[in-house]
Amino acid sequence: MSDQSSKNDTLVRVDGVEKMFRRGSEDIHVLANLSLQVPAGEFLALMGPSGSGKSTLLNLIGGLDRPTKGTVQIAGERIDALSDHQLAAWRARHIGFVFQLYNLMPVLTAELNVELPLLLTSLSKAERRKHVATALAMVGLSHRANHYPRTLSGGEQQRVGIARGIVTDPTLLLCDEPTGDLDGKAGDEILNLLQALNREHGKTIIMVTHDPHASARASRTVHLTKGQLTTEALQ
Amino acid sequence: MKFFHLIWGNLLRRKLRTALTLLSILVAFVLFGVLCAVKEALAGGIAVVGANRLIVRHKVSLIQLLPETYKARMEKIPGVAAVTHQTWFGGIYQDPKNFFMQNPVIPDEFLAMFPEIVLPPEQLKAWKETRTGAIVGRKTAERFHWKIGDKIPIKSPIWMQKTWEFDIVGIFDGSTKGWDTTPLYFRYDYFDEVRKGQNFGTGLVGWYTIQIQDPAQAAVVAQRIDDEFANSTAETRTEPQGAFVQAFANQTGNIVLIVSGILGAVFFTILLVTGSTMSQAVRERIGEIGVLKAIGFTNGQVLALVLAESCLLTVIGGGLGLSFAYLATAAGDPTHGMLPRYFLPAGDLWLGLAISVILGLLTGFFPALQAMRLQVAEALRRM
Repeated sequence: MSDQSSKNDTLVRVDGVEKMFRRGSEDIHVLANLSLQVPAGEFLALMGPSGSGKSTLLNLIGGLDRPTKGTVQIAGERIDALSDHQLAAWRARHIGFVFQLYNLMPVLTAELNVELPLLLTSLSKAERRKHVATALAMVGLSHRANHYPRTLSGGEQQRVGIARGIVTDPTLLLCDEPTGDLDGKAGDEILNLLQALNREHGKTIIMVTHDPHASARASRTVHLTKGQLTTEALQ
Repeated sequence: MKFFHLIWGNLLRRKLRTALTLLSILVAFVLFGVLCAVKEALAGGIAVVGANRLIVRHKVSLIQLLPETYKARMEKIPGVAAVTHQTWFGGIYQDPKNFFMQNPVIPDEFLAMFPEIVLPPEQLKAWKETRTGAIVGRKTAERFHWKIGDKIPIKSPIWMQKTWEFDIVGIFDGSTKGWDTTPLYFRYDYFDEVRKGQNFGTGLVGWYTIQIQDPAQAAVVAQRIDDEFANSTAETRTEPQGAFVQAFANQTGNIVLIVSGILGAVFFTILLVTGSTMSQAVRERIGEIGVLKAIGFTNGQVLALVLAESCLLTVIGGGLGLSFAYLATAAGDPTHGMLPRYFLPAGDLWLGLAISVILGLLTGFFPALQAMRLQVAEALRRM
């Protein structure tokens, strides 16, 4: 971690970021001169209408994409300058993803899905098993470890997704509409879980959501409109 | 191996599709194995012949006979270590379908020339003591349930068109795998005596086998032999035993070329079938590949996963196919005599396995490249 980020305790620093896509002969500006700082241990909700650039911003912070202009620093490291190979290794070490549609491998059991990120580490099989058991216990799914995704409810699948996201104890947990495909009760359970991960385990979480009910669980909410941050609210 | 669950799970994702692809690969490799056995049966004899042996035959054709008197002249040619002769008897045992080779030979010099023929000493002794004695290869003995002491009638349409009777005094084995154990050998003195009585073909033999002192001098010695009999009534053609066996095999066509042609067509089809399966498999899980990349799999790891999947598919199919082919050919010659060396050689089994791996790499290459090049953010949008 750099001196400055240590001093300010800023984990995520996005500076003057622009993102442009080319569709045919047309340039589409998704993010325009956007800056954002997220301190370590914060639970940030990112809200905005469809097409406002929420997911694009999340992709930039998660190292899934690179900005057209500007810089992205995570824990003092400029990830926009890393090569594809370096970025992949960086993601494996620092980022946990939770997706709206869970994105589990249908051919693997819950346990093996959670184990996936650990396959990229040098942990032994026994150590991997131990980490997986801990992650599944944290999301309350130890008893469903050997079930395939198709035999789990939506809420359970999302909890497996969260277990996969936290199993490597990442620096940052990025959630893209984690309750978007769930009913109210299951959605609440997921939000409780994310809140517990943030409050009890100090996980820094950035969550993209449409849902004000979900954003209310975060410690801070920022709004994005047409690629620019418009309002900020602390809860 | 820690990725095995993922690779195996992906293979079983569409069970019917995988099963049908496996079946087509399996059938291709059964065909490969059986054709290799046929190729071995027809052309493989070349591999087991001695490098220090030459065959001398009539220059015009194999059917023309050579004078027995040539033997003494050949023995005097520099570089020649030993000489023996054989003659095509062409007899029929009960039915023309029961084909196997029978040749009259001089026991001592014949067995000295071919140490690959393993005959117990007491049986050799019995052979030398029995004028009508014959030794037979184990394969033919087992085929007709012959045992030592049996009297075997063989009708020869070439030699006097009569039924000859032989006493089985020995059963020989081959010292190397693939050595032909179907022929029957009987004594030349008995053969020649009967011929003399009928005044037919006396003093003529089919071909000579020459043992040379130095295999490196084979071409020089062969030329010396042919020069010795040049401008005679029976000019000779001398060639290494391998070339002789090859020429014999080529009477049925260029086996290697035919087999290669068939297999080339089969494997090309399999390449398309498996390639299509793998392309489809990758296309329908682009989103999942995006997830793998998101959680930290590198492009190289994604490439390796897809290649491992296609290789696993072809190696399982190929391995099963080769196993079935091995079992199918293990029973031996299905023609009961026409293909005495019918078996699937270990070398071809390894070649088959290598082909299955190459097939896997080729069929997986383009889908793997496609998966590797996927932009992770774009792939996740397609989930």
